Formats: sequence, C-alpha cells, structure tokens
Amino acid sequence: MAGVTSGSIYALVGLGFTVIYSVTGIINFAQGEFVMLGGMISYIILDSTGLPTVPALLLTIAVVATVGAVLYLMAIRSARKASVVSLIIITIGASVFIRGVAGEIWTRDYVRPPYFSGDESLSFLGAYIQPQALWIIGTTVAAMIVLQVFLTYTVMGKALRACAINRAAAGLVGIDARVMALISFSLAAAFGALGGVVVAPLTTTSYSVGVMMGLKGFVAAAIGGFRSPFAAFVGGITIGIVESLAVAIDWGPFSSAYKDAIALVVLLLILLVRSGRLAAEERVG
Amino acid sequence: MLAKVRGRAAYAVIVLLLLLVMLAPFEWFLARYTTLMIFIGLNTMLTVGLCLLMGYTGQVSLGHAAFFGIGAYFSAILSKTYDVNPWLAMGIGAAATGAFAYVISYPIFRLRGNYLAMATLGLGLIIYILFRELGDYTGGPDGMYGIPYLSAGGFVFDTPFKRYFLVWGLCLAMLLISQNIVRSRSGRALRAIHGSEAAAESVGINSAQFKMKIFVLSAVYASLAGSLFVHHLRFVGPQPFGFLASVMVVVMAVVGGLASVWGAIFGAAAIRILSDKVLLEFGELDLIVYGLILMVVMIFLPQGLFVGLKEGYARLRLRYVRREAEP
Amino acid sequence: MKKWIGLLLVMLLLGTAIPLVGCAEEEVEKEAYKVGAVFAVSGFNAPLGTPEKQTVEMMVEQINAKGGIDGHPLDVIVYDTESDTTKCVARVNELIEAGVLAIIGPSSTGESMALIDIVTGAEIPLVSCAAGVTIVTPVEQREWVFKTPQSDLLAVQELFKYIDEVAGFTKIAIITDTGGFGKGGKAILEAQAANYGLTIVASEDFDTTQQDMTAEMTNIKNSTAEAIVCWGTNPGPALIAQARVALNITIPLFCSHGIANKKFIELGGSAVNGVIFPAGKLLVAGQLPNSDPQKDVLVEYKADFEEKYGDGTANTFGGHAYDALSMVVMALDKVGADKAKIRDYIETITDWPGTGGVFNMSTEDHNGLTAGCFVMIEIVNGEWTWLEED
Repeated sequence: MAGVTSGSIYALVGLGFTVIYSVTGIINFAQGEFVMLGGMISYIILDSTGLPTVPALLLTIAVVATVGAVLYLMAIRSARKASVVSLIIITIGASVFIRGVAGEIWTRDYVRPPYFSGDESLSFLGAYIQPQALWIIGTTVAAMIVLQVFLTYTVMGKALRACAINRAAAGLVGIDARVMALISFSLAAAFGALGGVVVAPLTTTSYSVGVMMGLKGFVAAAIGGFRSPFAAFVGGITIGIVESLAVAIDWGPFSSAYKDAIALVVLLLILLVRSGRLAAEERVG
Repeated sequence: MLAKVRGRAAYAVIVLLLLLVMLAPFEWFLARYTTLMIFIGLNTMLTVGLCLLMGYTGQVSLGHAAFFGIGAYFSAILSKTYDVNPWLAMGIGAAATGAFAYVISYPIFRLRGNYLAMATLGLGLIIYILFRELGDYTGGPDGMYGIPYLSAGGFVFDTPFKRYFLVWGLCLAMLLISQNIVRSRSGRALRAIHGSEAAAESVGINSAQFKMKIFVLSAVYASLAGSLFVHHLRFVGPQPFGFLASVMVVVMAVVGGLASVWGAIFGAAAIRILSDKVLLEFGELDLIVYGLILMVVMIFLPQGLFVGLKEGYARLRLRYVRREAEP
Repeated sequence: MKKWIGLLLVMLLLGTAIPLVGCAEEEVEKEAYKVGAVFAVSGFNAPLGTPEKQTVEMMVEQINAKGGIDGHPLDVIVYDTESDTTKCVARVNELIEAGVLAIIGPSSTGESMALIDIVTGAEIPLVSCAAGVTIVTPVEQREWVFKTPQSDLLAVQELFKYIDEVAGFTKIAIITDTGGFGKGGKAILEAQAANYGLTIVASEDFDTTQQDMTAEMTNIKNSTAEAIVCWGTNPGPALIAQARVALNITIPLFCSHGIANKKFIELGGSAVNGVIFPAGKLLVAGQLPNSDPQKDVLVEYKADFEEKYGDGTANTFGGHAYDALSMVVMALDKVGADKAKIRDYIETITDWPGTGGVFNMSTEDHNGLTAGCFVMIEIVNGEWTWLEED
C-alpha cells in the first residue's frame, strides 16, 4: 500500500516530464522543484493566512503553474536555438535557482503542512492506512482522469496532442507551438505541485526534496517511454511498488536506506536496455 | 593559426601562474589565501576534465563529483584503515576510477543528450548513496577523520603552505597534459569541426576513442583531486560528492568555458572566491547565484563565460582593426 | 595582442578577488577578542544550529553593549556548516587561519568528532555544543576539546531509570539514526540496558533524511518489545512517531534529548503526544523550585532570548551555545588572549551554574556535568510537561 502511495507521487511528477517532453522535446530537470514548491507553498499559505484547506491548495497549484509558465518564458524561450546540453544546463540552473529562492525566502528547515483529514489510522482488511494516503491515491487517479478528458475532448487538449505527434504539421494547421509549449510547462508544474501538496503532510517537506522527486518522476516517465500520461502513471505506480517490495525484503547488510538507489538502478537499466532506440529517437527529434 | 594564438595566450597564463606561485610566500598572502588557493587548485582539476568533456563531446556529466568521491574514499580507507602508503593509495584510487570510467564509458556513450545526462546523474547518486550507507567502510554520513598527511621521504605535507605547492604543481601538470591531448591530431580535428562526429569520422578520426580518452582522463583527474582533498582536510564525508557538488563542477565548467583548458582555472577560481569569500558575507544566496549563472551564461554565451568573453573581445578587436584599415 | 586576453582575464579575476576579500576582513578595533563559531544554521540540523547562532549573536550584543570583556570588544565569527561535516572542517580551517582564540560549536556529534585532530594540531580550544560522550572521552586524547551539553550517557541512564522504575518495562526496541548522535547513542543504549534489567529485543536504524519509516516500524511492531526507544535528531524521530500512529503501534515511544525543540512537535503533529524524553531543565525553567542553582541563569537566558526572538523560541540547544560562549568569555576575562591559558582556565571552571547543569570541569572530565541535570518530559497536547519525581 505504501508503494502505491509513493508511486502516485512519482506518477504525478512523471506526467509532468511526459507532457513537456512530448510537446517540446525538452527534459525539464526542474520538474522535481515543482513538487517542492507545492509542498512548501501550501505550508506557507496554510500556516500564515488561515485560508481553508481547499482554496489554499488550489491557490498553491495556481501559483506553481505560474512559476512553470514564467520558467518557460524567461529561460527556455530566450534560448530558442540552444543545444540539448545547453537546455539541460539551463533547466538545472532553474532547478538550483528555485531551490535557492525557496530556502532563502521561506526556510531551510523541514516543515509539515497539516493533514487534510486528521491522522487517525483507518483499519482496512487488517492493515492500517493513513487517511492522507487515501487522499494521495484518490487525487492522483482523479488528476489522471481529468487530464485524459482534457486531452481527448477539448480543443486545447487536442492541439497539445497534435503538437506531440508532429510539431511541424501542427504548425501548418495553425497551432502555435510556443503557446502549446507554454501550456505544457504550466500543466507540468500544476501536476508536480499537486503531488507536492498531497504528499507533504505525510512525509514532511523541505526546500531540498526536489532532486530525488524529480529523479523518481523521471524514472516513472522513462518506464512509460515518455509516450502518454497513462504510461507515466503506470510507470510511477510500478516504481513505487518495486521500491516498497525491495524494502520489505530483508537483504542482510543492505538496509532500507538503499530504497532511493533502487529507483536509480531501475533508471540505469531502462536507459541501457533502450539505449539504441532512445538514440535513434533523439536523432530524429 | 587559432591553435597558435591560443598557445601564446596559454603561455601568458603559465607565466602568470608561476608569478602567482612565487607571490605566495608573501606573509599576507600566505596567512589569508592559502586554503582558498588549495581549493581553487583542487576544483581546477575537477573542472578541466568536465570542460574538455563538454567541449569535445557535446555531452554533459551530472555525476562528476562521484569520481572525485571515489578517489577520496580510496585514499581515506586505504591509508587510514589499511595503513597503505598514501601515495600508493592515491595511485590505486586513480587506477580504479580510471578503470571504472573506462568500463562504464561503453554503455554510457551509447546514450546521448538528455538520457546521457540522466544516466550520469543516476550513477553519481548511486555512488553517493553507497558512500553514505556502506558505513562499515566509509563511516556513513559522518565520514572518517584522522586521515594521515601525504609525505615524501621524511618530508610531510603537514602545513597548508606545503600542500599549496603540491596541489598547484599537480594541477599545472594536469593542465599541460590536457593541453597536449587537445592539441593532438584528433583534438584539433574535432575542435575544427565543432565536435561533429559524422564529419570527424569522415576524415578518419576515431571520435569515439577520443571521447572515451577524455572521459577516462577527466575521471582520473577527479580521483586525484579527491585524494589530495582528503589528505588536505584529513577528513572525508559523503556530502561533497552529492548531486549539488556535481552541479557545482558544471557551474565552474560553464564559467570556465567549454573545450577550454585554461578557462578551468578561471571558472574554479571565480566560483570558489564567490562561494568562500563573497557569498559567505552576504548570507545564503549561494544557490540563487549559481542557478542564475547557469541560466544566464547558457542562454547568452553557450560556449561558456571565459570563452565567450574571449571571443567577444576578439570580435570587438576585429571590428576595431577593420575600421582602422578602411580609410 | 591576443595573448593578453587570457592575461587580462586572470588579472581581472585577481583584481576583483583581492579587494573583495580584503574588505571582508575589516579590523573592527584594535585588540578585539576574536572567537570563532561553527553551527549548522541550515540543513537538517538547522533546528539545533539556528538557536545556537541566535544565542551567540544576542550575547555578543549584550557583552559589547556593556563595554566588552575587560575593555576588549568581542568579535565572534559565526560560520554556517550547512549540516555538512566537510564544510565544517573547511570553515574551521579558515577560522584558524583568521587567528581566532577559541572555537565554539559545532552543533552535531559527527562534526565535532571530525574537528578533534584539527584543533589539537592547531592548539586551539574547542567548546562543542554536541552531546556525544565520545567528543570528550578518552580525555587524554581530547586535551583541547570541551563540550557543554549533557552527555548522551547521562541521558540514557536517566531514561532507562525511568523506563525501569516508573514505567516498569523489561523488553525494549531501539531505533537509532545512522549519524554520529544515533551511532553513539546506540552503543550506549546497548551497553547500559543490562544495568537496568532491560533486554533489547529489536534494533533498527534510519537515515536522518529518510522520508518513510514504515519498514523499520513494522519490524518493531512484529517484535515482542514493550516500549520503543528512538535515538536521533529531527526530522527522523517525528516521522517515526507518525509511523507509530499510522501502523497503530500501541507500545509507548521514548526519545532522546535530541528532540527537545518545538520543531519536533510541529513536524510530528498530534502523533508526538505521549512521547517521553529526558531534557535539560530549560524547558521547565519557570516550574523549577527557587532552591535550584540553575533557576536564575535559566530564567534570565529564557527571558532574554524570547524577548529578542519571540515567545516559546528558547530551547536547550541555544542554551548549549550560551554555556560554551560564557566559558570562553570567562576565560578571556581572566587570562586574556592566550589560547593555551584559555584552555587551562576552562579546565578549572567549577561550581558554575549554566543552562545545561552545574559544571565542574577537571582534567578527567571535559564536560563537567553529572546525573541530576536532566528532567523527564512528556509531550501532552503539544506541550512539554514535567514528569516531576516525587
């Protein structure tokens, strides 16, 4: 169960990677920072303004989505002709910058926003589960459905998909690729923030949690092959379950602190197994 | 022509460095900046490898601090726990790191761009986690202390002043070796065609082999720097080998300029002075500044700050010369 | 011409560096006493380092407002270690180069251990603000090292006494962090358990920055333990308290003095209610009887600190820095700017009531505290409550 919970967060981050990559061909190394921002901003808003939970969380997501848009406009668009390596370094710079700003203007300490609905464990088929875990899983599933509906039935969603399939052709039928890129960055930021908002009460958060979250999300997206949001969702849940299974098994000298390494090993394996195809894709891209 | 001019600029830098080294004995300099200079030297060793890697292969490594760490832990564990001669430990560390880099270069260089970056990032983090969790050998998150000084014969490098010469001596040697390699036939050819692999292959350059050479070399440099680092601080802990540390090397390389051997000193020195002297006085702005440097330099001067400034100056001069020639 | 480009750039670099560095090291007045301090102001140990730094800043203001130490202004250079031992070592090297007379801090046991060789080599007195007993033992190898917090050995003894005599348990599970504080604590817990008739039936460890404690706590749940003892500093123990509630573990949780700050309550929420731990008397300063020798210093420190930084902000960690700097200041007042004499003087401080206890330093004991400097505290409805012994 813990695996599904953490997997849901990875899925939300992985969604962000997938959306941006499929629309723009960019891997956004700052993706994990959106999760951090979601957690930190929701804490700040709830702690200092006394807004009720739901509006506070929606406000948080809106703020982070704006950050995503600003990131695209300020950093990515100004470097239009940049090489892949330049873009990697730019998004890493953005990631470090966002992290620094968060540590500077808020706190470098760990914080924990309140639970959405108390911390009394629920008994479920003999196992105990925290209500927050149910919130996490529920939110992720709901977000998935909303995204699918958005991509399938709205004009903007269809335009995004068109861009993902073939940018040049989409341009020919009057879809502005730059607007779509902007939307994809905001969307990715919003999903990351959503993940941060729901997970922070459970795990605590700090200005520095972004890197690991970003990596796990990337693994989720890589398992899904950067193809569709649904694939990223499956990837996220998979990596979450693999992690929790690996921790549950007694590996002798290997303590559960190696949990983070498991996702990384999976990442390397996927990259190596698919290296041939990935290289071909990059060349075409 | 280009190579010749660069060569002359390089000699100017060497002369300047020698001046700097001779400057060092002055009391005021010694008292205040020896530690800083040692760190600049160590960081230069790290940076020059990445400058070349990024410049000549068009790829970025986000796990470079791991090589630095492998060298550091090899030296620390062998010399402290197993009483191996520190120099020998340093050599073993460098050889092991080089071999490791050689082995992983096969699968790693099958990837490129985003995937290569992610793979190096993942690999770097795995090694970092190992440093933290193999507590029986590495001391875990708290690290190991009481590592011996380096010594040669009866001469012990037990003051910062002595280590300053040691570090810069090795650093200059590394820079000269690097310069020889990039001036080799393959290096010149690759630079002339801006790292285009297809073009290089077509004129008979084995670019894959050249890339691998640079990758292994940069790993060995990092490992040696790591060994010197632990024998300087006499302490090793996992923190300087994490993700942020790898990003810092990228920051230094970006400031120093891609494909530039001597820019590495500039990058390492600029960032080190910034982090140890300037930002320390202005609170906790470090991450913000590093992030801004990465973004701004890459957006406006994708070749790196040092190289960008140099080229900018060359263009200005060219315009000035033309104007003079016109009437 | 072009060779000048490289030259120019390097000149530029040096030209900008040296004046900048120069101006950063302005001399305040002649004969200022320079003392160094290293605290974990950021990073995971920030809840320890921040009040320590604030305390030092407050004290420097107070001392200089009163005309300094025997006419000499006090200048404390405070560096942030970012909870990173390597940075701590590098910063201390810089402090030594800057010519400080004594160093206070660092905040954690791991960082302190890494400094022992350095300060011993440089012959500079170090007054650590970390708890681990290994910082000052064996004392023959710790000539230049002192510490002000109560040793973890005393904390374990106080806690075990409580578990044995008051709570009446015999089988315990321990869960310790992998850092210096937890590692040291684990060794002491294991060594002392038998003295109090306790058996350790389960032993787990965790990384301080780990975000999920489910696996470790499940193992404890499946053991026969009657109580859990957690040894570590934030944020880990708060998550352990939460995992305990989440997994519906009913046996009580005891913690170390490493969680004696409001951050623990803030991070843990309602899950930390019922947690019992040993802590310095500062947390219950107002409730102490007037006969307690520490009452005056505790009440005064708490009032000063909270006047400057807000109600409820004072905690024992800031108190450790208060004790450390006070000792150095007393020494400077008596013996002046001589590192060896400062060390000798600190070693002779006796019957001095600080925030951590009544200190009796000696050549055999560089901590100077004995049993009785701890009180047992239970968290009730998010507040510290003194479990007074009858």
